[in-house]
Amino acid sequence: MLRLILRRLLISVPLLLLVSLLTFVLQALTPGDTARTILGNTFTQEGYLQLRHQLGLDEPVLTQYWHWLSGALRGDLGVSPISGLDVGQQITSRLGVTLSLIVCATVLAALAGVALGVVSAIRGGAFGRLVDALSLVGFAVPVFWFSLVLVTVFAVTLGLLPATGYVDPATSLSGWAGSIALPVVALALAPTAVIAKQTRDGMLDALSRDFVHSLRANGAAERSIVLRHALRNAAIPVVTVIGLVFVGLLTGTVFVEAVFAMPGLGGLAVQSTVQHDLPVIQGIAVTFTVIVVLVNLLVDITYGLLNPKVRAR
Amino acid sequence: MTASRTTALRRPTAIAALAYLVLVVVAAVAAPVLAPHDPEATDLDHVLSGPTGTHPLGTDSLGRDVLTRLMYGGQVSLAGVAVAVLTMLVLGVVTGLLAGFLSGWVDRIASWIIDLALSIPVIITLLVVLSVVGSNETAAMITVGVLSAPSLARVVRGATMAVKQETFVAAARVAGLPSTRIITGQVLPRVTGPIIVQTAIGAGGALIAQAGIEFLGLGVQPPTPTWGGMITDAAQVVDQQAWLLVPTGLVVGLTVLAFGLLGDAVRDATADRVTSAAPPARRRRAAPPSTQEEPAPGALLALRGVTVALPTSHGTHTVVDGVDLDIRPGETVGLVGESGCGKSITGRAILGLLPRGGELTAGTVHLAGENLTAGGRQAYRAARGSRVALISQEHIGGLDPVAPVGRQVAELVRRHRGCSRGAARIRTLELLESVRLPEPAQLARRYPHELSGGMAQRVAIAMALAGDPELLIADEPTTALDVTVQAEILGLLHRLQAERGMAILLISHDLGVIAEVCHRAYVMYAGRIVESGPGAELFRTPRHPYTAGLVGCSPQRMPPRTPLAAIPGMVPEPWARPAGCHFHPRCPLATAACESGEIPMAEPAAGRHTRCLHHTELTEEDDHARAGVLARD
Repeated sequence: MLRLILRRLLISVPLLLLVSLLTFVLQALTPGDTARTILGNTFTQEGYLQLRHQLGLDEPVLTQYWHWLSGALRGDLGVSPISGLDVGQQITSRLGVTLSLIVCATVLAALAGVALGVVSAIRGGAFGRLVDALSLVGFAVPVFWFSLVLVTVFAVTLGLLPATGYVDPATSLSGWAGSIALPVVALALAPTAVIAKQTRDGMLDALSRDFVHSLRANGAAERSIVLRHALRNAAIPVVTVIGLVFVGLLTGTVFVEAVFAMPGLGGLAVQSTVQHDLPVIQGIAVTFTVIVVLVNLLVDITYGLLNPKVRAR
Repeated sequence: MTASRTTALRRPTAIAALAYLVLVVVAAVAAPVLAPHDPEATDLDHVLSGPTGTHPLGTDSLGRDVLTRLMYGGQVSLAGVAVAVLTMLVLGVVTGLLAGFLSGWVDRIASWIIDLALSIPVIITLLVVLSVVGSNETAAMITVGVLSAPSLARVVRGATMAVKQETFVAAARVAGLPSTRIITGQVLPRVTGPIIVQTAIGAGGALIAQAGIEFLGLGVQPPTPTWGGMITDAAQVVDQQAWLLVPTGLVVGLTVLAFGLLGDAVRDATADRVTSAAPPARRRRAAPPSTQEEPAPGALLALRGVTVALPTSHGTHTVVDGVDLDIRPGETVGLVGESGCGKSITGRAILGLLPRGGELTAGTVHLAGENLTAGGRQAYRAARGSRVALISQEHIGGLDPVAPVGRQVAELVRRHRGCSRGAARIRTLELLESVRLPEPAQLARRYPHELSGGMAQRVAIAMALAGDPELLIADEPTTALDVTVQAEILGLLHRLQAERGMAILLISHDLGVIAEVCHRAYVMYAGRIVESGPGAELFRTPRHPYTAGLVGCSPQRMPPRTPLAAIPGMVPEPWARPAGCHFHPRCPLATAACESGEIPMAEPAAGRHTRCLHHTELTEEDDHARAGVLARD
């Protein structure tokens, strides 16, 4: 267990360094730089060089990276040259929106997917085909298109929920729930299918094992065999899939935030991409990577708790 | 491989998917010729028109023809997908082949990079690249290809490692063929199946990614038509003309779906069919009680004419055929025969737990006078554990791997006694002690993988005893264990039986075991009982040539489906059982009379039964043998 966590951390540190370094190297390779972006089309060579010096762009890439890294370790992610705002502050103020979306979507997808997978493993027939169909749909339907369909049906036509915007839970809890309902459903579609499929396959495998036959033959309750024994065995790979799903949702949220005009990190990422606002992009990349690292750690710990063979090590 | 690709294309969904993709490619490539309008021609008098005669898929907010724009947009999309897929193929296949084939440090480095790359969210890399290079769709699609490569590399690596183990590749390496020739000539053709599957999935993903980039406005810029850009256009007028979402969404969704279905078809055609993936059939109700003779009074268990049909690779066939079997309270009864004779299925029929799709087509199971067959699933369920229990061949596999063993025993104790947790815990420790497990309190906290085979089997016995059953079915309880442990387990069963007055049905292919511990035994061959009688006597003076053959070789730990030394041939499969006596093709005594008609059960002596026309000849052989022994004396 401890070894597993250590191993994960050993991968995580180089991962974080790699992601942040990658942005710096790419930045160095590109013609034109932030100074030019800020100045626009009309500038003097002298002003340009001065700005470059101000921003530290005339230093070698590795020196720049070191400055950034030592700042980042102290929690200082720099200042956006475009907006002049502190990158760290911008990210923290938007983090809640994005986390609301992906955490709720993960929970929804896990609950719905596991329930669907268990029922389809036991009942087969129509439920089995439903899971198959759902996983094809989940694979084929782009999340932004599905979001637009939800907006058309539930916001434009039925007028049940707001089409855009985000309400802070501190302001109004019900307003918050209403504002994230459609984006969360849109995000959860594909993950639900993936989790349902893994759960069904895992349950079918577990239910065909010898210990299930022994438990049944010795009179264990069917409910306990399915929900306690088979599901716990099937849950081990499902946890891994839920972790992957969460990482995938970081991609999905960029699109969903765009459709629903959510003030989250996804929207900030797109906006900074368009504006070539590299410090902000870099901050977001590092934030997302930290989230991934934490989720993977959580997955490993859960995995160990569920699987005694891993825990022992 | 070629054959499997042909079978993949025999599926209707695969044909439809392929036809659709061809249609999309033709429509995109030939757009300048086929398209009804100019993609950028605006018609402000007919904006957001919906489907009409001149605009079959309607017009957008500038009055541009949607069908035309979809056809031209396909050019961008397909070119993008091609770029991404090519990048993915080159990187993924090369890395995967090298890592899988060379192993060692190349593999370790490649695997580390693959793991690392898979844990970075796709969007991060994509946005970083786009923010640096600007709205450059080719750069974006190359990035998508690079990001898809690790999953492909992982699949190719796994497949390569599997192929490398095969003898012909190993032989080629020993023969000194250069690695490059082995890889291109022998390994690559064998891993194309997984590559095609992964490529199809990658193509679908690339298309979604591309539409996404265009949707965010980070790809090819307007007014050039793109599929993702058209969804953006539709999004802006969603409250005026929702129809626009339909053609744009459908064309993307269907194309991705077509890639996915094609991949599924190839995967299903190349992968071994996994039976567990088949949807479970609902267990059918058992057959109505037969009108055959009532069981003898006083019998604990009585099977009368039990007949079981199971689905096999050759359709549904009868595997257990008219089995009559009695067990008295406290008795140990053996059921012996080679693998594939239907012994275990008979045991499962007693428990009402036939394998999926199996059915009791005739006969009855009476337990202490109660007709379980007539009582249906409820009656069987009520009997399981509390009146009939089971220990199986799988020792460690017979226990739930993720629960401590004590909890598994306690669950059954609580189920059968309805007692409190504390009382169940005390009873659990008693049970573990009664199966001679040392330090039960510590053992109860351990997991199955921490136990030896013999210990696991003792826990399984404790679980079976949790409901104080009157009958214990022991299905090959010692087969998978070491010889010394076998004797301990048999001794334990014997002692438990004496203590509890419990009856045991001992199913085994091991004659020695049966002869040693059983009061009476039944010999089963190809689904039928062929002989029965008192344990030791049955094997000393067999009255059926099959029993005589089993005695002649007395298999110790025979692997299934190997010919017995003393009997030529093997047990016939259920769909190939010969008429008449099923044993006649292997029988030294067989005559024409054995090949037709049902062979009745004869009773050569009190308590002895045999289903053989020539059993008297065996008696004579015995007499001769005895006479020979006497003469020597």
